[in-house]
Amino acid sequence: MKTYVIRRLLALIPVALVVATVAFVLIHLAPGDPASVIAGPDATRDDVQRIERQLGLDAPLPMQLLRWYGRLVQGDLGQSIFLRKPVTDAILDRVEPTLLLTVSAIVIAIVIGVPAGVIAARYHNTTTDQVLMVLALLGVSIPNFLLGLLFILFFSVWLGWFPVAGYSPLEYGWLKTVRSLVLPAFALGLVQSALIARIARSSMLDVLREQFITAGRAKGLGERAVIYKHAFKNALIPTMTIIGISFAILISGAVVVETVFNIPGLGRLIISAVLRRDYPVIQGVVLCIAGVYMLINLAVDLSYLIVDPRVKYQ
Amino acid sequence: MSVIALPQADAAERPIPQPGWLTLIARRRTTLIGAILMVIMVALGVLAPLIAGNPGHMDVAGRLAAPSRAHWLGTDDVGRDVWSRIVYGARLSLLVGVAVVALSFVLGMACGLAAGYYRRLDNVIMRIMDGLMAFPAIVLAIALMAALGPSVLNVIISIGIVYAPRVARVVRGSVLVVRETTYVEAALALGVTDLILIGRHIVPNILSPVIVQGSFVFAAAVLTEAALSFLGVGVPPYVPSWGVILAEGRLYIQQAPWLVIYPGLAIMLTIFGLNLFGDGLRDLLDPKIRGLATERQRAA
Repeated sequence: MKTYVIRRLLALIPVALVVATVAFVLIHLAPGDPASVIAGPDATRDDVQRIERQLGLDAPLPMQLLRWYGRLVQGDLGQSIFLRKPVTDAILDRVEPTLLLTVSAIVIAIVIGVPAGVIAARYHNTTTDQVLMVLALLGVSIPNFLLGLLFILFFSVWLGWFPVAGYSPLEYGWLKTVRSLVLPAFALGLVQSALIARIARSSMLDVLREQFITAGRAKGLGERAVIYKHAFKNALIPTMTIIGISFAILISGAVVVETVFNIPGLGRLIISAVLRRDYPVIQGVVLCIAGVYMLINLAVDLSYLIVDPRVKYQ
Repeated sequence: MSVIALPQADAAERPIPQPGWLTLIARRRTTLIGAILMVIMVALGVLAPLIAGNPGHMDVAGRLAAPSRAHWLGTDDVGRDVWSRIVYGARLSLLVGVAVVALSFVLGMACGLAAGYYRRLDNVIMRIMDGLMAFPAIVLAIALMAALGPSVLNVIISIGIVYAPRVARVVRGSVLVVRETTYVEAALALGVTDLILIGRHIVPNILSPVIVQGSFVFAAAVLTEAALSFLGVGVPPYVPSWGVILAEGRLYIQQAPWLVIYPGLAIMLTIFGLNLFGDGLRDLLDPKIRGLATERQRAA
């Protein structure tokens, strides 16, 4: 088991290298010379040279790449051109809303998705099952930003239950924060709950075909015990995988939903950086999100060890 | 006098009628609905100049007009006809979907075949693909758009690059299975060249899962384009795109909800149709993969 954990950690290294390189290449993909693109059309020669020095673009390319790795290892993401502060600070300033949004969305997704999937499987091929699955397919088909807009239309504009947009930071009282996060969190979470429900259902159905389920029924176990004690536990692994994937998708979904609700999180940060051509910030946010994404996937893989005692990786 | 009706000899010799493609699709209600929705979308896109007016024609006096006989779905903030813009938006989505599928297939097939067939390349190629897949799709697409600048072509390139590794992974997996089969071994023993072996013996046998993947890539491409354009980092704002209409509609959601509802409906029905059709296609082409694998493909 220890070797598995170590092997899994080592496998992250090449992936992380590629991720870092892709983020590095981004700035050089831009047509023309990156420094003058960043400086904008009105910039003087001095401005361009200053930016070139600031970003280290005056060094030869392989040198730049090595320096880039070196800085990343030290946790230095460079300076924002527009905000005039370190990128790490800019990211830390914006982490709170994105984190709260993502976590509440995944809770909503699990609380709705897992029971829906289990119920659909229990009442397989009945109207309940079909209704739930059509709803789930609809859910998979609605982009989160659209659901967000529709929520604003119904609950804020027409019913006036929630603020139309905006975010109230935790320091102004958690109740206000919760109120400002209800709609965006549901917009994000509901879409993912549809995905989780579909997976939970199909893995439950797979398990229900197993012999030990038949054996359980044969020895006179009640349907409840069969479903919740025997089948559900065994259906957990694929469900957990998809919850991990969902969580990762949610982080990127938050990027989009933040724009819908005007929430000043990482998503707004990267979009405004794109519009201002603030490449260090773009690189920083992209790296940060990719890093979290990788860690979540790792956590999912390692969690199998805990959930399933049969999994003994040599 | 036997009670059991024995099958007649000549009946057994008669060939079993093979149902055609259309029959197979029509047999499942959900697949049929998906197919119909897709046909409608394609028809809207192709016939756009015939059934819609100029999507760029502005009539500032008639701005934010509610749906009426003159403007079926109302007008936007500068008085452009929403119906025309949605119809031309369908054309854009269609173009982006087809082009992204083509691009990601060319790139993904090349990488996947190389990785699956030439074992020495496998590790290098697949690590690069893993690295690219370590970015969430929309985030990588945003970053690429930041580097390339807003245009329809760049949207296609960005989304194509994002989905190519996902195609490559499916292709590689299938190649690994197919290359162990006896017919490949036989071809190798006959001394055919790599090119013929790949082109004539491997590619045709890995197409089913790849085509299934194609319908999901198409849906993802349409969605990603809409999201990018909604965020303002996709196609330039003068191009009629569902995402652009939604982004503008968002600002007028109180006065003109039709600016959000109708393009939203268009996106939803399109993705819904593609999902239904994709599920049906999977069951037809690849009965072996059940729910889980496809869900994972969809999620990725």
